[in-house]
Amino acid sequence: MAQFTLPANSKVRDGRTWPAPSTTKRPKTFIVYRYDPDSDENPRRDCYTIDLATCGPMVLDALIRIKSEIDPTLTFRRSCREGICGSCAMNIGGRNGLACISAIEDYSGDVAIHPLPHLPVVKDLVPDMKHFYAQLASIKPWMRAQPPPARDRERLQSKEEREKLDGLYECILCACCSTSCPSYWWNGDRYLGPAVLLQSWRWLADSRDEAAGERLDDLEDPFRLYRCHTIMNCTTACPKGLNPAKAIAGIKKMMVSRTV
Amino acid sequence: MSPAYPIVEHEYDVVVVGAGGAGLRATLGIAAQGLSTACVTKLFPTRSHTVAAQGGISAALGNMGEDDWRWHMYDTVKGSDWLGDQDAIEYMCREAIPAVVELEHFGVPFSRTEDGRIYQRPFGGMTTHFGEGTAQRTCAAADRTGHAILHTLYQQSLRHDAEFFIEYFAIDLLMDDDGTCRGVLAWNLDDGTLHRIRAHMTVLATGGYGRTYFSCTSAHTCTGDGNAMALRAGLPLQDMEFVQFHPTGIYGSGCLITEGSRGEGGYLTNSEGERFMERYAPNAKDLASRDVVSRAMTLEIREGRGVGESQDHIFLHLEHLGPEVLRERLPGISETARIFAGVDTSREPIPVLPTVHYNMGGVPTNFHGEVVTLRGNDPDAVVPGLMAIGECGCVSVHGANRLGSNSLLDLVVFGRAAAKRCAETVEAGSTHAPLPGRAEERALDRFDRLRHARGSEPTAALRLRMQRVMQNNAAVFRTGETLDEGRRLIGDVYAAFANVRVEDRSLVWNSDLVETLELDNLLGQAVVTMVSAANRTESRGAHAREDYPDRDDERWMKHTLAWLDGQGNTRIDYRPVHMYTLTNDTKVIPPKARVY
Repeated sequence: MAQFTLPANSKVRDGRTWPAPSTTKRPKTFIVYRYDPDSDENPRRDCYTIDLATCGPMVLDALIRIKSEIDPTLTFRRSCREGICGSCAMNIGGRNGLACISAIEDYSGDVAIHPLPHLPVVKDLVPDMKHFYAQLASIKPWMRAQPPPARDRERLQSKEEREKLDGLYECILCACCSTSCPSYWWNGDRYLGPAVLLQSWRWLADSRDEAAGERLDDLEDPFRLYRCHTIMNCTTACPKGLNPAKAIAGIKKMMVSRTV
Repeated sequence: MSPAYPIVEHEYDVVVVGAGGAGLRATLGIAAQGLSTACVTKLFPTRSHTVAAQGGISAALGNMGEDDWRWHMYDTVKGSDWLGDQDAIEYMCREAIPAVVELEHFGVPFSRTEDGRIYQRPFGGMTTHFGEGTAQRTCAAADRTGHAILHTLYQQSLRHDAEFFIEYFAIDLLMDDDGTCRGVLAWNLDDGTLHRIRAHMTVLATGGYGRTYFSCTSAHTCTGDGNAMALRAGLPLQDMEFVQFHPTGIYGSGCLITEGSRGEGGYLTNSEGERFMERYAPNAKDLASRDVVSRAMTLEIREGRGVGESQDHIFLHLEHLGPEVLRERLPGISETARIFAGVDTSREPIPVLPTVHYNMGGVPTNFHGEVVTLRGNDPDAVVPGLMAIGECGCVSVHGANRLGSNSLLDLVVFGRAAAKRCAETVEAGSTHAPLPGRAEERALDRFDRLRHARGSEPTAALRLRMQRVMQNNAAVFRTGETLDEGRRLIGDVYAAFANVRVEDRSLVWNSDLVETLELDNLLGQAVVTMVSAANRTESRGAHAREDYPDRDDERWMKHTLAWLDGQGNTRIDYRPVHMYTLTNDTKVIPPKARVY
């Protein structure tokens, strides 16, 4: 049986431990992945203990507390702090999620925090998302339709037609789903992954769009679409409660029904 | 001499700084005209704070009852407490209709009426027949309108092949000796390189500076970087004393609960269970404009009728709307209320508090988006090569108080206007003028100094001090005393910044340095906000002085301009309010008492 060894520089070592201040009432420890691209050192896990008695309720509050008061070099993305911008997606306690809407109290014991899995790491909790964004652009995710007959009025769309977009348009492109998908881990270079396929379905499901044929042609490929093996991690991971697996099933059904 | 940082050189016809609603609408419009266009943004575009806008975008489409853009104009002028420029307001309200229809054609998933048109809801201060009835004017995609619009605009930008510089932090404008803007200097976080992006037109679309305050609905990244770059370029900021408090931020976290929740029938109560807005605004009640509602809530709390253990907040009731309306029209805020307040909106009220939300002030511009300044006797002198749009601009369409759903509108209308103006004024592919090195040297010096700052004050500690001062001393109600103290205290923080400490010396994704550059930006804006507020001895819109409770049109119907030098000294002057319209299709709306 083949033996695999990780490259030497990918082994994560134990790093620095920052003790809790003596006045701490409700200590909680966060074990955070650190990687400094400027050094030749391996990634490490730094250990920070903060006082929950004086910290906000979310994992993002804890990270900001650490950065503000313990270690300003800790690096992570964040912006809206209310679960709508998708910046602070990371792996918390072994599951992908948004740090800003993940309550600390939902994690028992020490909380391990890593960057989103299987993306190149730029620094600490900041993964390189360029490939993910390029895949999004590759599906031409914009409305493709002839100009409407009345240029000065909106296109009409019935409430029922519009309802088909619920659960699709709300995607925030955080990549929690794609980076939880084993199939995307192995074939992410060619498989589009659940987030981008959800975007494809968002346009296929839109009564106003007129490019369904072209969109399906572009997806008709053993890798781009069909590397989905219905593992369903995507749907479990989505912090917005969306169902990318169902969207992918919708595309596959549409693909079949146009050939029969 | 600045240390040697290698700089990557780029040339474009136009560079847009910022990729929120305004920046993206400008970017795609400029690119579509065949001008080479770069968009520099510190966030991936769909992470900009436009994404968090909820309630909707106003336009007198008349889909759900009669409407007229002139009524919209009247409401906006009244909402602005007569500090808005009426030519620009006419432009915005008239152009609202094609701009929103165009958004639908771009693919925005608007909610729909029974007959398939764009759904429109009532919003604060939006009326018919010049204040008579309630208008349904605010076009909505459930309560995620900003998200729907921002994602659509990004999609359209991809379609038009605009070039994005994503996660590049803009350090400073590159200004000529004669005051022309020649581009921008930016730092690529991904690999740590510096970039000189030269352009015939630089469009600032960098948003507001809510993070000067301790509690705000704004994102962590709302640090007004464009405003601060304008200040450092020696340009004034306009009407910075006008900071909007949104009535319904969630108590504690400050997360936004849309005004659309009251548009759909929600209401506020005090500790006696009273719908107190009926006393303060007998006609509009809970849909009075935001400054009015925020003041009423503050007074109720101050007079001992707040709710909760410390009687320090107010309840927003949505439970009577029924699960169907909550699911279809307000799903996003129901989720936010559950996560951040532990509240099930179908059963219990949401605890809310007036929370800093929007900056009416910013870089002064005309209705084309071109930056203007006071030069000699000319209050409308155009600054060549520079535009400002969206929340960082001050056109001024919002005057002393913005109406809800006029912000998303401002973004797309003036993003579009800026694109049209660029097509008229910029010649594609023309040669770039040589750039004197001084501006760039100053910018590099500041960057390098902060990167190696070895003082004793951590960035986060100074930021907290600034936020406390702004929260305490430039609040919903202000007095000469609180503002004078505020000037002194914010001056102290500004001075203390010389002693800031940065720990991370790297160039790749140095977020310690990003936050320090942002704090530098915030501090300048905090100072001019406080000074402008202390200077204006009247009450108008969001600026409520207890020692000067009345509006004083005689002395104060004018825009404040505030300059800041590198030492923290400010200078104040004024521009007249534009009391004229663009066309004869409508008349100037003369000032009168503002009651709702």
